[in-house]
Amino acid sequence: MKKTKSIALGMALTVGAFTATGAMAATTLENVKDKGHLQCGVTSGLPGFSQPDEEGNWTGIDVDTCRAVATAIFGDSKSVEFTPLTAKERFTALQSGEIDMLSRNTTWTLTRDASLGLNFAGVNYYDGQGFLINKGIGVDDATQLDGATICIQSGTTTELNLSDYFRAKGMEFKPIVFDTSEQTVQGFSAGRCDVLTSDRSQLAALRSKLADPSSAKILPNTISKEPLGPVVRQGDDQWFNIVKWVLSVQINAEELGVTSANVDDMLKSDNPNIQRLLGTEGDMGAKLGLQHDFGYEVIKHVGNYGEMYDRNVGPDTPLGLDRGLNALWTEGGIMYAPPVR
Amino acid sequence: MTESTMKPPKKVLSPVNWMRQHLFSTWYNALLTVVVGYLIVTSVGPLLNWVFFDANFQGSDPSDCSGAGACWLFINQRLNFFIYGFYPDELQWRVDFMFLLLAVSFVPQFIERFPGRKWLGIFGMTGLPLIGFFLIPGGSFGLEQVESTKWGGLMLTLILAYIGIIASLPIGTLLALGRRSEMPIIRGLCVVFIEVWRAVPLITVLFMASVMLPLFLPEGMNFEKLARALIGITLWQSAYMAEVIRGGLQAIPRGQYEAADALGLGYWRKMGLIVLPQALKLVIPGIVNTFIALFKDTTLVLIIGLFDILGTVQSTVTDPAWQNVAVEGYVFVAFCFWVFCFGISQYSQKLERKLDTGHKT
Repeated sequence: MKKTKSIALGMALTVGAFTATGAMAATTLENVKDKGHLQCGVTSGLPGFSQPDEEGNWTGIDVDTCRAVATAIFGDSKSVEFTPLTAKERFTALQSGEIDMLSRNTTWTLTRDASLGLNFAGVNYYDGQGFLINKGIGVDDATQLDGATICIQSGTTTELNLSDYFRAKGMEFKPIVFDTSEQTVQGFSAGRCDVLTSDRSQLAALRSKLADPSSAKILPNTISKEPLGPVVRQGDDQWFNIVKWVLSVQINAEELGVTSANVDDMLKSDNPNIQRLLGTEGDMGAKLGLQHDFGYEVIKHVGNYGEMYDRNVGPDTPLGLDRGLNALWTEGGIMYAPPVR
Repeated sequence: MTESTMKPPKKVLSPVNWMRQHLFSTWYNALLTVVVGYLIVTSVGPLLNWVFFDANFQGSDPSDCSGAGACWLFINQRLNFFIYGFYPDELQWRVDFMFLLLAVSFVPQFIERFPGRKWLGIFGMTGLPLIGFFLIPGGSFGLEQVESTKWGGLMLTLILAYIGIIASLPIGTLLALGRRSEMPIIRGLCVVFIEVWRAVPLITVLFMASVMLPLFLPEGMNFEKLARALIGITLWQSAYMAEVIRGGLQAIPRGQYEAADALGLGYWRKMGLIVLPQALKLVIPGIVNTFIALFKDTTLVLIIGLFDILGTVQSTVTDPAWQNVAVEGYVFVAFCFWVFCFGISQYSQKLERKLDTGHKT
């Protein structure tokens, strides 16, 4: 009896606390404006996604996604502070309000979307798990990997995807688990395994770390879907919309041929789609609670999606990734954004 | 009864005899000498080549590294990041100033008869953290604010270790005294505190501070991750320090306590003037041991996403523009830690010799 009472009391207190915080809290947009900067969670070092450069500035496609949102709010891509987060603490940091948005190479899954009190605001990179193999074993396709010894990095979904894939195909494999990506590469390099598995976006970078990169090749197979994108807290739809539409504006801008270089000329464009995108017509910004020309500012300071991609992970970067799935839908990819109207 | 004061004749060994006696005295010693000699000859040469002769120090981009030896160029290019983290370039003079104060306070401690070195040491323990408290974060006295998320590298490692060390010694002393107190409530509290904190791994403490604590706090009441980590480290370290100091307290003979009582000294004067000076002196090796352990344990903040020196290195060695520079990065980190830990250890040995009043022999 006493126990039930205390449980009930505890629940009442918790509910009270939740409603109290709900009533007290201002919207995320107001908070961000008050602070004067956007607080964004990123990885503590993943090439092409978020990594500190020589000058100690954060660079990467996840970082640019944050900068775009900051630009949409403040008209200035520098009004953003980054919080490096480990995989384990990323959701807590978002839930507790330590950060305003999470842009940390996070795969959109049902469990995360439905049970963590979070919303995924789109996809800024379609990734998938692939294989790097030693050319010496003479394999051209992942279906020939029965009995292979595979190097994996521990604590990631990579491990689960791998066993799912092999079980579905009725094949056997021997995993060798490493703690960090350097160790995984060392293990592969030293011949402890024939195959290394990781997200495809990282395979090229890992391959370049080998003593002899030409001795290894990446298999064409992709064994998992990893749509990566920015995440926000559930319960603030305005903020959810802002993050979602800033990314959509960037993708639409690429589709319409608006780049950071020609955006000033595009202000004079007669195309109503471009006019709405850049805010010369309509009040798209006001609907989101932003300035009418937020689209212009984002493209001017951060660029469209294609520019963001090419700058960080594209063919001319050390990662050298082709657009592939991340090409626009008009160019054979699946990058598609709803229209700005 | 005095015997002859002549010293015994010096034993002079020819190099051959010396070797026979020290290196080849038995067949297994001979075997060991040969094996170890072989290992030294085969490893030292390539190691020196890698570190110095084939290494690349100069250049501007990754292609300047030949790959034959170490690519120190990488460290050179990222040095600013490894030392200051994201601290803004134009404000780094503040950190430099603190480094200077640190050197001014503690380097003279190694020089016998340096004028006023005692005062410099005391300044290092009191004034220096106080100045740092205002200077590094800024935000007061017209200094521009630099948020703690921008701190990193060696500077963050030193801040974590320094505050952990400075704060844990007095807290640990109080806990040790409390644990030996005759007042049951104080004794009980101290025992519980020490046993709880000492029984938990630091990594768990940090993890709780970073992942669990924010969930318990009401929304909007976030205090900085660094502050949470520092509090965790300090409390955890205090529990260890308390046990080290308790060891010293127990080694003081009962007579010393009774003598202090007989002089009519109160509790604090008895402890402060008679017991603690002797007890702390006895446990210097133990205290320094915990300091060094803490200095190295600060790298665990990596798991909560704070960029200490190891974190900054780890986040950059994966840069695909560079060949595999992980080894260079980790060697650099190891070297930095060795310099500081060796310094602490040397200082403690000096202190021990200086404070040795001859009771031990």
